Amino acid sequence: MSLKKINELATKLGSVNIMEVCGGHTNSIIRNGIRDAMPKNINLISGPGCPVCVTTQKEIDEMINLALNGVPVATYADMIRVPGTKMSLEEARENGADIKAVYSATEVLDDKNRVFFGIGFETTTPMTAKLLENDIAVYSAHKLIPPGLLALSTDKRVNIDALILPGHVAVIIGEQEFPDLNVPQVITGFEPENILESIKIILDQLVEGKKEIVNNYKGVVTKTGNGKAQKIINENFKVVDSDWRGLGTIPSSGLEPKDDNLNAKIKYKDILGKTITKELPGCRCAEVIIGQIRPSECQLFGKVCTPKNPRGACMVSEEGACQIYHANRN
Amino acid sequence: MCLAIPAKILEINGDDAKVDYGGIIKTINISLVEVKMGDYILIHAGFAIQTINKDEAVKTLETLQEFEDVIKKNK
Repeated sequence: MSLKKINELATKLGSVNIMEVCGGHTNSIIRNGIRDAMPKNINLISGPGCPVCVTTQKEIDEMINLALNGVPVATYADMIRVPGTKMSLEEARENGADIKAVYSATEVLDDKNRVFFGIGFETTTPMTAKLLENDIAVYSAHKLIPPGLLALSTDKRVNIDALILPGHVAVIIGEQEFPDLNVPQVITGFEPENILESIKIILDQLVEGKKEIVNNYKGVVTKTGNGKAQKIINENFKVVDSDWRGLGTIPSSGLEPKDDNLNAKIKYKDILGKTITKELPGCRCAEVIIGQIRPSECQLFGKVCTPKNPRGACMVSEEGACQIYHANRN
Repeated sequence: MCLAIPAKILEINGDDAKVDYGGIIKTINISLVEVKMGDYILIHAGFAIQTINKDEAVKTLETLQEFEDVIKKNK
């Protein structure tokens, strides 16, 4: 029984900050009451693994501007409601812009005139690569988890003692791609028992002074990952520096299409250059993403910012910490 | 977007496959994996991203069902 062991191990430790990187983990942790079940000195902190949340205001505003200028666009349904500086993609659509919300990138495979707004990490990148392979132009906001973790581990604003690593990113990149960050790291699935087991493994390591990367999602995550997915990513994307909401510019942490003709940022640079963007007043999503504050510490949370009327990206997505905390606030 | 759902392959047609997850029949893309009929896979944004063993798949489906039951109860 992991919870009993967790309680035992916690008595041997001081205050411990464990970050769950993935929004899917935050969802499972909060919904299953795991955070509340933790001993007082074990803090579970939500991290930057929400695709919609780490997408920058500039990237969102550029996409909205492109659509308002008559270029048909498509993106994941989650992205549609994220507030831009002037309006969301949803509001732009109400103003006549041609914007398609999709569950899967395959829904626009035959739509050569549409620009796909690709967001997310290694889990959604192979799907966008499939579009590039089929000559569909892409505006890429794709980001890479390993350099993101490296940046997070050296960020002075947060103090992380251990990481619960994202299970499905690990499916794609494999166990071997995670960088050594000098803290315990455990690749974890999404079932509550699996998460509790990972917390136990982390505390065990901390008690023994170990700092290892452990795969606790066996049978799903392999050492080398999904080779086919890696191949299609490498064939169609090149690694570039990228801006992350909350973390700023991280070297070699983003992806752009290799083919300039399919890179919407180059193809439509005149329209995109005229985009007006500024951070949303009062929204503290950037601090929530890196675990610097909890959602409830934002003055907008639950008052003017709700899932029905989101004022920031973290309140829109089901992987956003604000949305998850709000949905489970009782 | 990151929570992948396990499903069982019912029918294969080139890069596409008909799958069953929790009784819902869907067509998904299988070009990122090597699969055969009856295999369990993880689906992510309309693509199979990994084959998984049956025990792991059934365990995840049961957990997802628990989630839904809790959500229904809370509504």
